[in-house]
Amino acid sequence: MNKLKIILSGIVKNNPTFVLVLGMCPTLGTTTSAENGMGMGLATMAVLIMSNLVISLVKNIIPDKVRIPAFIVIIASFVTIIQMLMQAFVPALYASLGVFIPLIVVNCIILGRAEAFASKNSPFDSMLDGIGIGLGFTLSLTVIGAVREILGSGAIFGHSFGIGDYMPLIFVLAPGAFLVLGYLMVLFNKLAKK
Amino acid sequence: MTAVLFGITLIASAGVGVVNLITEEPIAEAKKAATIAALNNVLPAFDDNQVTELEIDALPIKTYTAKAGGEVVGYAVETMTKNGFGGAIRMMVGFTPEGEVINVNVLEQSETPGLGTKMTDEGNPLITSFKGKNPADMKMAVKKDGGDVDALTAATISSRAYVDAMSRAYKAYTQVCGADGAAAESGCATDNEGHEAQEGGQNE
Repeated sequence: MNKLKIILSGIVKNNPTFVLVLGMCPTLGTTTSAENGMGMGLATMAVLIMSNLVISLVKNIIPDKVRIPAFIVIIASFVTIIQMLMQAFVPALYASLGVFIPLIVVNCIILGRAEAFASKNSPFDSMLDGIGIGLGFTLSLTVIGAVREILGSGAIFGHSFGIGDYMPLIFVLAPGAFLVLGYLMVLFNKLAKK
Repeated sequence: MTAVLFGITLIASAGVGVVNLITEEPIAEAKKAATIAALNNVLPAFDDNQVTELEIDALPIKTYTAKAGGEVVGYAVETMTKNGFGGAIRMMVGFTPEGEVINVNVLEQSETPGLGTKMTDEGNPLITSFKGKNPADMKMAVKKDGGDVDALTAATISSRAYVDAMSRAYKAYTQVCGADGAAAESGCATDNEGHEAQEGGQNE
């Protein structure tokens, strides 16, 4: 399989948010601003690349019956390790993203890719798939977060336009998450089909 | 099958354990550095601080008595409330020895972005309501509830929680300041003066 195609497929054809519609809980919950969305996306990408690589390395020694528990143990370990490393060496980043990190364990994109891709493909391809899907997830979350932040609080990446008081707050709150996600999904699929 | 799963969990837990060993010390140091940065932000320059741990309304509150050259230059209180819109809010509040609020630093909050999160901004209405004032002279409640504190627009619950944490900080200050026996010389507010503030804070 063409290497570049693996990465691109994660961003467009198999976009985890707009096409596969996976990982909706962190998507709806963390995209209150562009920065939060991007942080969640990048942290997920880091775990996804590592877990895809390791799972594809050990796929032949794991018996079929226990593969799901084995995958979850591997994913949870990576999440814990990344959380501890961030807390120790980049405390500023941890302060802004810390709450999202444990959420990654229950993100079904990671388990989904382990099942659908890493357990069937070579370690290198699996890493590329992790990068592609990770980028797709990061871009989607950043766009959703940016739209909600602009519409809801009149700012982008924390830079206020000074019109925050006149903007419809609902976009920052939970209903806005569904609205923005729905409309962006329609738009994305329309553009992707062309 | 069981052996493989056992092996995987064994390796995974060993890996987590090793990383924990490596990161334990840096994490503790990072936390300490964050506390000191927060203290510097709310206190005048100091060379020594003494920690007192209190429990007020069943919540753990830490106070720091800051001294420069043996003299008390201020008190910092690491206060918290559980009444935030998104859960607990932790703040560091600096008091002069007389009980005036020097500065407030929100350490941890999970309020609604764009609304309650404004409590962390410089010069927001909440902080300007408190800065340079003695809570003993204030009615500790948001204006909507008949108090003296300007609330954040469209974030009344977050603002009430902020005031709640502030009145808890002031309670801690009166306890520590009184216990130091420094009341007479530094003129720190007594418990009686603080009483009004405490009542006002219980509007949640």
